[in-house]
Amino acid sequence: MSIDNTQEDSQQDILLDMRNIRIEGFSDEQWHPIIKGVDLTLKRGQIMGLIGESGAGKSTLGLAAMGFARPGCRFTEGEVNFNGTDLLKLKEVERRKYWGTKIAYVAQSAAAAFNPAQRLIDQTIESANRMQLRPEAQSREDAVDLYKSLHLPDPGTIGERYPHQVSGGQLQRVMTAMAMSARPDLIIFDEPTTALDVTTQVEVLASMREIVEQHNTAAIYITHDLAVVAQMADVIKVLRYGEEVEQAQTRTMLTEPKEAYTRSLWSVRSLEKPEEAGDDIVLSMQDIHAAYGAVPVLQGININLPRGKTVAVVGESGSGKSTAARVITGLLPQSQGEVKFNGEVLPSQLKDRTPEQLRQIQMIYQMADTAMNPRQTVEKIIGRPLELYHNLSGAKKAARIDELLNMIELDESFLDRLPGELSGGQKQRICIARALAANPDVIICDEVTSALDQIVQEGILKLLLRLQQEFGISYLFITHDIATVKAISDEIVVMYQGKVVEQGLKSEILSPPHPEYTELLLSSVPDMDPDWLTNLLDSRVSSD
Amino acid sequence: MHPVFITIIKRLGLGLVTLFVVSAIIFSSVSLLPGDFGEAVLGQAATEETVAAFREELGLDKPAVQRYFEWAGAILKGDLGTSFSGRSASGVDRSRSVAGMIAPRLKNTLFLAGVTAVIAVPLAIILGLSTALYRNSWYDRSINATTLTTISIPDFFIAYLLILVFASLWKVFPSLSTVDPSMLLGERLSRIALPTITLTLVIVAHMMRMTRAAIIGLLASPYIEMARLKGASRSEIILKHALPNAWAPIATVVAFNLAFLVVGVVVVEVVFVYPGIGQLMVDSVTSRDIPVVQACAMIFAGTYILLNLIADVIGIVTNPRLLHPR
Repeated sequence: MSIDNTQEDSQQDILLDMRNIRIEGFSDEQWHPIIKGVDLTLKRGQIMGLIGESGAGKSTLGLAAMGFARPGCRFTEGEVNFNGTDLLKLKEVERRKYWGTKIAYVAQSAAAAFNPAQRLIDQTIESANRMQLRPEAQSREDAVDLYKSLHLPDPGTIGERYPHQVSGGQLQRVMTAMAMSARPDLIIFDEPTTALDVTTQVEVLASMREIVEQHNTAAIYITHDLAVVAQMADVIKVLRYGEEVEQAQTRTMLTEPKEAYTRSLWSVRSLEKPEEAGDDIVLSMQDIHAAYGAVPVLQGININLPRGKTVAVVGESGSGKSTAARVITGLLPQSQGEVKFNGEVLPSQLKDRTPEQLRQIQMIYQMADTAMNPRQTVEKIIGRPLELYHNLSGAKKAARIDELLNMIELDESFLDRLPGELSGGQKQRICIARALAANPDVIICDEVTSALDQIVQEGILKLLLRLQQEFGISYLFITHDIATVKAISDEIVVMYQGKVVEQGLKSEILSPPHPEYTELLLSSVPDMDPDWLTNLLDSRVSSD
Repeated sequence: MHPVFITIIKRLGLGLVTLFVVSAIIFSSVSLLPGDFGEAVLGQAATEETVAAFREELGLDKPAVQRYFEWAGAILKGDLGTSFSGRSASGVDRSRSVAGMIAPRLKNTLFLAGVTAVIAVPLAIILGLSTALYRNSWYDRSINATTLTTISIPDFFIAYLLILVFASLWKVFPSLSTVDPSMLLGERLSRIALPTITLTLVIVAHMMRMTRAAIIGLLASPYIEMARLKGASRSEIILKHALPNAWAPIATVVAFNLAFLVVGVVVVEVVFVYPGIGQLMVDSVTSRDIPVVQACAMIFAGTYILLNLIADVIGIVTNPRLLHPR
C-alpha cells in the first residue's frame, strides 16, 4: 500500500470530527463558557480517553459528541460531523434518530440511570425497538447474548429483573449491553466505573473492553483515573478549564507527556510516606461486634492504632469500614467488645461519654459539603469547637482561628465565607481545621479524599502528613483507594465482610505472600501500565 | 404470601383502628353539641317531666360511655340505629331507620361524585401530563392560569355564575338539581350537569397541578436524561419513563379530591338544591338528630380511610422496589 492510499483510507475512516466546539452554561444569571473551542477526531473503532479534573468539561464534551447539550447549556459554535453529517445542523427530531442507535451513552451511576419502574431487558432493547432495527423477539435474544458475553450471571433471566434487584457492577454491565443493543458506531462512556469497588471495576473494564473490540465500536472514554484510561484508550486527550492541554497515543502520553499540567496529573500517585512502627497504642478496638438492627456488620474485629501514626483501613463497600468508625465515635454502640482509649474503656453510648472523651476523637467526612452547616461562616464553623471544648472567646478565640487557618494553609480572608463559596479542597481543609480546633489525639478520616480531584487530593494528604508530624496526631484513615494508602499509612488493616483479614505494617501487607482477599484487592488496583489489565486477566485465567 | 398482601392487610387493620378512634371522637364531639333533641323538639315551654320522659325513651339518660358502646356495637352489626325525628311525645311513632334515611341521599351523592370523577380525573391527568410536556409554553401558562383562577373562586360563586350563564341567559341546563329515583339516566345527567361542572372546576386544578409537579420533579432524574440519550421523544419520556414513577403522588391527590366529592360538597348541594348526604347531615345537626349525624360522620370518615388506603395500595403496586423485593 502506498503512502497516498493510507492517507485516503484514514480520511474515509474518520467517524467523528468535532470542530471548534464552544459550549456555554447558564448560572448566576449569565452565560459562562464551559468548552472553549476544542477539536476532536475519532476514527472508526478507535477508543479515545478524555481525562481531566472535575470542571474540565469532560462530560460536556462527551455529550457534545452526540450533539447534545444538557439543560442550561448551549452550543455557541462548532460542528459535530458524525459520518459526514453535522449533527448540530439537524433538527432535534432528526438528531434523536442517532441517539441510542448510532451513538450510545453509558452513564456514571448505573443505579440512577436505569428507570426504576421498568425491567432491565425492556430498557436494554428500547432504542433498537424504537428504530425497528429487527423484530422485538430477535432483540431480546440478542440482549441475552450480550449479557452472556458481558459475563453477567444468569444471562437468560437477569433481564427480567428490575434495577434495584441487581448489584452496581452488574447494572453497569447491563448498561453496556443497552448501549450495544442497537450496534452503534460510537459509545460514550462517562466515568462508567467511578462508582464501583476496585475488585468489581476490573471485571467491568475487562468486559467493556472485550465487547467494544469484538464489534469494532469506536468509543470516547471519560474518566479522571489515569490508570483506568491507560487500559482502555488508544489515544488520550487531556482537558483543563474547557480547553485541550494535549493529545497523544496512550503509550507516548504515559511515558513522555509534553505539558507540565499533564506531568502534574501523572506525578500524584508517586507520593509515598516512609512507614514507622509504633508500640504506644492510643486507641484499640477489641473483639467488636456491631449490627444495624438484626443485620450483623462487624463480626469480632480487632484494630490497634499506635500514637502519632496512621492506620489505613481498606476494603470494598459493605466491608464494615465506616461502621467501625461509627462504633469508635459512639454513634453506633457495639453489641459486644470494647473500645479503649489510652487504656481506658470508652462508654459505648455517645451520651455516656464526657466532653473530654468527645474532644479527644474527632472525625473528618467524605462529603465536606454536607458535613458543614451551609448557613455558617468559616469563622463560626471553626470557632464552635473552640468555645465548646476550650471555653475560648473574644480575642483569644479570634487569634486561635487565625492560627488554625494558617495551619491549613488558608488566610483570614476566608473568615466571612460560607461553605458554598469554597472549592472542594478548601471545604475539606476547613473540616480539617474544625477537627484540629479540638486538639484531638485521634482523627478518624472517612474517605476524606475520595470526592476530590487527584491534584487536590495530593494537597490534602500532604497537609494531613505535615499536621501529624507537627502535633503527633494519630489517624485512622478509612479508604478504598490503594494509592492513598501508600501515600499516607504506617500500618494497614484489610477488612472484608465485617472481619479483619489482616493488620500489619504497610510493607508487610503490600508485599507478598498475601491472604486470598488481600491478593484480589491489591491486584485489582489499576496500574499506569497500558498492558496491566491484559496481563492481569492472563494471570487470573492461568491460575484458575 | 406475597409481602404486598401482608402490607395491604396491615393497612386495612390500621384503617379499622383509625375508624374506631374516629368513632369515639365523633361520639364525644356530638355529645358536646349544646342543647339536646328533647329540648329542640319539645320547645322551651315543655315541662321538666316531659323532657325527662322523652330523653328516657331515646336512651339519652344513660351514661355516655354505655351509650357509646351500645352505638358502636350496633354499627358493628350493621345497625345504624333509628332517627330521633318523627318520634313525638304524642305516642305515635313515625320515626325512620337511619339507614333508610341515608341510603337514597348517599346514592345521590355517589352518583354526583362518580359522574364528576369520571370527567375530572382523566381531564386533570391529561392536562397535567400535557402541561408537563409543553412546560413553560403558552399552553402551559394559560392552563395553569385558568385552573388557578377556578380554584381561587369560591365554589358557590362558580355555581351562581354557571346558573346565570347556562340556566338564565342560555337555557341549556336546569338551575335546580332536584332528582328522584323515577327519573331516567339522561334526565338525571342533565339535572346534575351544572353541579358536575362546578365541582370539576373546583377539583381539576389541584389534581392537574400535582400531576404536572410530580412529572416535572422526575424530569431532572438521570434516568430521564438517559432516556433522552437513547432517542426517546418528549411524549415517550413523559408517558413511558416519568409517568410510571409518578403514580404514587398522583393517586394520593386523586384520592384526596374524590373524598372531597363525597364529604365536602354541601355548599354546592345547597345552591343546586341537590338531595345529597351533605345536606342531610347539616339538617340533622340543626335538629340535633344525633344518630343521623353520627352515621353520616362515620360514612365520611370511612370514605377518607378507604380512598387513602386505595391510594397507598396504588403507590405500592406501581413501585417495583416494594412489589418485587430483592
